[in-house]
Amino acid sequence: MLLQQLINGIALGSVYALIALGYTMVYGIIALINFAHGEIFMAGAFVGLIAVTRFHLNIFLAMLAAMAVCTVMGVVIERIAYRPLRRSSRLSALISAIGVSIFLSSLALMLFGADAKPFPDTAFPVRQIHMAGAEISSLQLLIIGVSALLMLGLEFIVRRTKIGKAMRAVSEDYQTAALMGIDVNRVISFTFAIGSALAGAGGVLVGLLFNAVSFNMGLMAGLKAFAAAVLGGIGSIPGAMLGGLFLGVTEVLGVAAGYSSYRDAIAFAILILVLLVKPTGLLGRAIQKKV
Amino acid sequence: MLNGIDPYILQILVNIGIAIVLALGLNLITGITGQLSLGHAAFMSTGAFASALITLRFPGVPFALNLLAAGLFSALVAALIGYPILRLTGDYLAICTLGFAEIVKVVFLNMEITNRALGLTVPPPASSIPMPVYVWAIAILTIVACSFIKESRFGRALKAIRDDEIAAEAMGINLTRYKIQSFAFGSFLAGVGGGLYAHFLGYINPSDFGFMKSVDMLNMVVLGGLGSVAGSVVGASILTAAPEFLRFMSQYRMLVYGALLVLLMVFRPNGLLGGVSFSGLLMRKCGLGACGRDGGKGEGA
Repeated sequence: MLLQQLINGIALGSVYALIALGYTMVYGIIALINFAHGEIFMAGAFVGLIAVTRFHLNIFLAMLAAMAVCTVMGVVIERIAYRPLRRSSRLSALISAIGVSIFLSSLALMLFGADAKPFPDTAFPVRQIHMAGAEISSLQLLIIGVSALLMLGLEFIVRRTKIGKAMRAVSEDYQTAALMGIDVNRVISFTFAIGSALAGAGGVLVGLLFNAVSFNMGLMAGLKAFAAAVLGGIGSIPGAMLGGLFLGVTEVLGVAAGYSSYRDAIAFAILILVLLVKPTGLLGRAIQKKV
Repeated sequence: MLNGIDPYILQILVNIGIAIVLALGLNLITGITGQLSLGHAAFMSTGAFASALITLRFPGVPFALNLLAAGLFSALVAALIGYPILRLTGDYLAICTLGFAEIVKVVFLNMEITNRALGLTVPPPASSIPMPVYVWAIAILTIVACSFIKESRFGRALKAIRDDEIAAEAMGINLTRYKIQSFAFGSFLAGVGGGLYAHFLGYINPSDFGFMKSVDMLNMVVLGGLGSVAGSVVGASILTAAPEFLRFMSQYRMLVYGALLVLLMVFRPNGLLGGVSFSGLLMRKCGLGACGRDGGKGEGA
């Protein structure tokens, strides 16, 4: 029973982690809470849905299409709504992000209507697999597998490639990185691209998991993923993964314990409790401020 | 005396008055003290429900007393939650306030006394004064009070905290105490605004006070210009009236609203009245203080 809930929690948590990564990377580089990120995730779900229903692609190709579209969206949004505000107060950029978020969700409402749309049953055949006393569905395996693969890919990019090194340098110190000849604008665009691609994949996975895609799915998922990023220590990539899994598992366990009507409150209550004990999140570094 | 005014215009005006009270409360917390709150709607919610329940259970209580009680209740809740979370800084605080607002919403949605997801129908207030007059009297009172607070010893301490916490602490300002006081007072205003909102609308539902409500109020404060009392008033007026003026494009309304927010921020990053000081403008007009300002700039360059 516990094992079963643990598996459900890990599946949900790995999607939170995928979305949280986008928040945390953007935050690590330009210290902006990118509120439009939840809407990019929503857009990813819609692209996936259209690719499956309209173009009859298989689910993996649909996911790739969603990632591609979201990548472009992320880069374009950064160029239009955040780059001009790079030198002004952080709150202005935050409001701009909220503006983008309102714009995108009302655009989706206009284009696709208010009702939630299901993925067709043929999109991904769900089978139950018995394993050590628990039932795991092939869909959960897909979600966990794809998330793990994407996170490993991200880890590889950040740790082993030149652009990843540049990303780490910019997040460490923006100005010094620029002095060292790093094209900061390019690095920021690249960060948005990667973060948005992960959100797009997350959108398709969540659409499959709950079998519903709607214009307002980005809000709550985005808030919870942001909570996961903060829980893990915002700016920290392993932190976002850990935070996402932690939130997913606690949420599922809370629902299993009979608090299903408090579902959305559980994640935030955990977050507040953790922050009170560890004010910079689970894996966050405390930054010593100097006068 | 209100008979001559078109009821539709009157309704917008009342909404603006309520928005001013709410925005000024948030301006005190976020604009003047610099503590980013994404959960102002939580305190509006506690105030609205407290006020509605007082009217429902004790119909004899005068409306002014009712609003005061609602405000104090919100302030108490704010002080209780503020004491632990105001030690957090920046975005950690922001996400905690956001989370707290979600928790309040979910708890109210599950409580018997708030009538769960059905919400409460609120009877008209126990007062002979018409609602619009009431709302605007409170709005003006709030504007005056906030202008005084901003320039008072207390307000200067808050601004010092906003500008540099470490320096403020070194000057002997008790950070926790001032932050909690500012948080509680801002939430008091949110509670009063919530009470007015509940009685003017006649119906409240816990879901009305979600994240988007907090964001609406934050937009007013930032759009007007952080920390500026006049700015918050202008921001509240514009953002309350804007959806009404955009009504002719019905389904494109929120689309345009979102795009407008981005454009305004890109072209006016400090808000409409950010960095504009009315007393400064007045002084310059009278030929006072102008050379002091320009002289300071000249030296810097």
